[in-house]
Amino acid sequence: MPAYLAGRFLSLAASLLAASLVIFLVLEIVPGDPARFMLGINAQPDTLAALRAQMGLDAPALTRYVTWLFGLFHGDFGISYTYKVPVAELVLDRIWISLPLALFALGLSTLIAFPAGIIAATRRNSPADVTVMGLTQLGVALPNFWFAMLLVLLFAVTLRWFSAGGFPGWDDPLLAIRALTLPAVALALPQASILSRVMRSAMLDTLSEDYVRTARAKGLSRGQTLWRHALRNALIPVLTIVGLQFSFLLAGAIIIENVFFLPGLGRLVFQAITARDLIVVKSVVMLLVAAVILVTFLVDVTYALVDPRLRRTSP
Amino acid sequence: MKKSLFMLALAGSLVLGTALTPAFAAARTDATIGLVLEPPNLDPTAGAAAAIDEVVYANVFEGLTRFAPDGSVTPALAKSWDISADGLTYTFHLNAGVKFHDGSDLTADDVKFSFDRAVAADSTNAQKALFADIKSTDVVDPLTVTLTLAKPNGNLLFNLAWGDAVIVAPESAATNATKPVGTGPFVFKDWVQGDHVSLEKNPAYWGTPVKLDKATFKFIGDPTAASAALLAGDVDAFPNFPAPEAIEQFKSNPEFRVVVGSTEGETILAINNEHITDVRVRQAIAHAIDRQAIIDGAMFGYGTPIGTHFAPHNPDYVDLTAQSAYDPDLSKKLLAEAGVTDLTLTLKLPPVEGYARRGGEIIAQELAAVGIKTTVTNVEWAQWLSEVFSDKNYDLTIVSHTEPLDIGIYARDDYYFGYHSDAFKKVIADLDNSTDPAKRSELFKAAQKQIADDYVNAFLFELAKVGVERAKLHGLWENAPTQATDLTAVYWDE
Repeated sequence: MPAYLAGRFLSLAASLLAASLVIFLVLEIVPGDPARFMLGINAQPDTLAALRAQMGLDAPALTRYVTWLFGLFHGDFGISYTYKVPVAELVLDRIWISLPLALFALGLSTLIAFPAGIIAATRRNSPADVTVMGLTQLGVALPNFWFAMLLVLLFAVTLRWFSAGGFPGWDDPLLAIRALTLPAVALALPQASILSRVMRSAMLDTLSEDYVRTARAKGLSRGQTLWRHALRNALIPVLTIVGLQFSFLLAGAIIIENVFFLPGLGRLVFQAITARDLIVVKSVVMLLVAAVILVTFLVDVTYALVDPRLRRTSP
Repeated sequence: MKKSLFMLALAGSLVLGTALTPAFAAARTDATIGLVLEPPNLDPTAGAAAAIDEVVYANVFEGLTRFAPDGSVTPALAKSWDISADGLTYTFHLNAGVKFHDGSDLTADDVKFSFDRAVAADSTNAQKALFADIKSTDVVDPLTVTLTLAKPNGNLLFNLAWGDAVIVAPESAATNATKPVGTGPFVFKDWVQGDHVSLEKNPAYWGTPVKLDKATFKFIGDPTAASAALLAGDVDAFPNFPAPEAIEQFKSNPEFRVVVGSTEGETILAINNEHITDVRVRQAIAHAIDRQAIIDGAMFGYGTPIGTHFAPHNPDYVDLTAQSAYDPDLSKKLLAEAGVTDLTLTLKLPPVEGYARRGGEIIAQELAAVGIKTTVTNVEWAQWLSEVFSDKNYDLTIVSHTEPLDIGIYARDDYYFGYHSDAFKKVIADLDNSTDPAKRSELFKAAQKQIADDYVNAFLFELAKVGVERAKLHGLWENAPTQATDLTAVYWDE
């Protein structure tokens, strides 16, 4: 086990280092000068040079890479070129919107998808199944930004139950949750549709397994079989999808963030790219990559705990 | 049962909805203004972004002089000034009792500090050229300061009205980017990056007190979201409304007022004169373009055609549109005369949905109609700045020059148009050296004619300022002589 862990750990470190190098190099070759972007078309050459020096952009690439990497190790993500505040502060502000929004959307989508998928699977080919399948087909096909606009038109413009967007901060949790409701619904609908379909087919697979027939033969009721045996085993593929959806929702909600003008992580990265605030792009992308790599690492370790065969290092 | 539960829920939410919309007996004293772009920081002396001035100009920061809503230059922190006979010494008399938001007094030392900082070798002022003629700034007494110029500059009072020339205090200059401390009628309260900046009334303001107690700037870039925010009541006004296609909807809604005004944005099809050296080819490009078709097709009818690089509302404007009127046959003739066949040009379009991207498509078609092919490339601003502006790696591009009174850019060496004219440079040099209004007016006219005669660029139209406001909100600028959202006169009626 220690050998296996050490191996996994080495590979984790190597992946992180490789990722940092790729991110740095890609951003090196992106056209556009941050200083010129900030100072505009009337800036004089000496002013541009002064600003580049102030931002540390005049140092050679290798120096800048090492400085950045060294900073990351110390938890120093640098200072945003445009906002002039520490990147860590920006990320921390945004994550308090992106994380609750992702969890809210994920919660909604599971709440819809689990019952819908189970009902569809247990009543296969019934009108309920056909309805669920039809609706989820629609849910997958609807562009979520368009659905979001419809939500705004109905609930914000016509009924005025919610505001059309923006985020008031967490000082008043009720207001904050209200602000996140429409975006979460818009995000959850397509996810719920996908998840219901996965849930349904996973349930159908397990329902035709031998152990389900055995459980029924042992005298368990239909409901008991469903809960104790079929559902548990069907959850494995479903949870994998849920995990994937979560990482997508965390950083991939840019379009929905735009429709509701929510200052989330996705919009932070997007704005930073257009403004050539490269230090923000570098550090946030690195952070997201690190999160994904870390989760993969943890999953690998969990697999090993479950399956002893993985712990033996192959000869 | 199910139905009655539903009705109960509906009734409940209606009650909740009503409770959340308080009835205003007295006039409101808060306003939320929508802006398309968020400022990168809040220090107008260290960045070019127009969004900085759109939040802080006249509200948080003030200069010695300022732009009035009609574009004229009026006294601000300086109540008056004397100009020496040779035009080289300006003596400014400051208003007494002016305090910065941190409680410290404004003195001549702060003025000296601000200008010394702007002209310093390590200055990061985006408009350092505004101060180029200032030789020294000297404190006479706490309320008197003199500027000594290296040569006369007829634009000095105008230059000092820019947002880049506001007066800052040495104690707060370094942190103005995130915590602006000025002398204006509003005090900075907080900034939730990505969402809003809020300001509060400055109780210790030296001038006329403002009527609003609280002002919030909300940043909404998406045109659909902007419409929704106005309709839902989240935002009270959008001084520069980003969705011209939705204007008709607001015009017919009595709760709103649509205000169409002028800006300082000359929108041009810039031509790389170093690539297209034959004036006949540039003239052919100019005659191939139907300005009205672009205004109608790309701008939903908002914009005023221009025939030179000057704002039509300026008293010195000369209408030269006839000189480059839409005439495709003339274009073809000129191209034939120049012996040009099979011309293919690159057209690089910055990320502006209206004039650049939609206008670019129309222009590409119009050029194709006279036999000029174009390769259209969409670029981001950062790319535009490096490829087009710095490296001159382009043939044609569409851009709006939004600085006020900026015809002088045609005299700059190495500017991205690649235009070199000694005659034009002479006009601009004379302009800089003269303070006589009649003479200056004549020179401005001469400058406009010169660039039109040389067909430097194809001049398209002056950008319009289309604002949407709540009908009961008053006092926002109708025109935009500079990019600012001056809230000093804003109030609600009722």
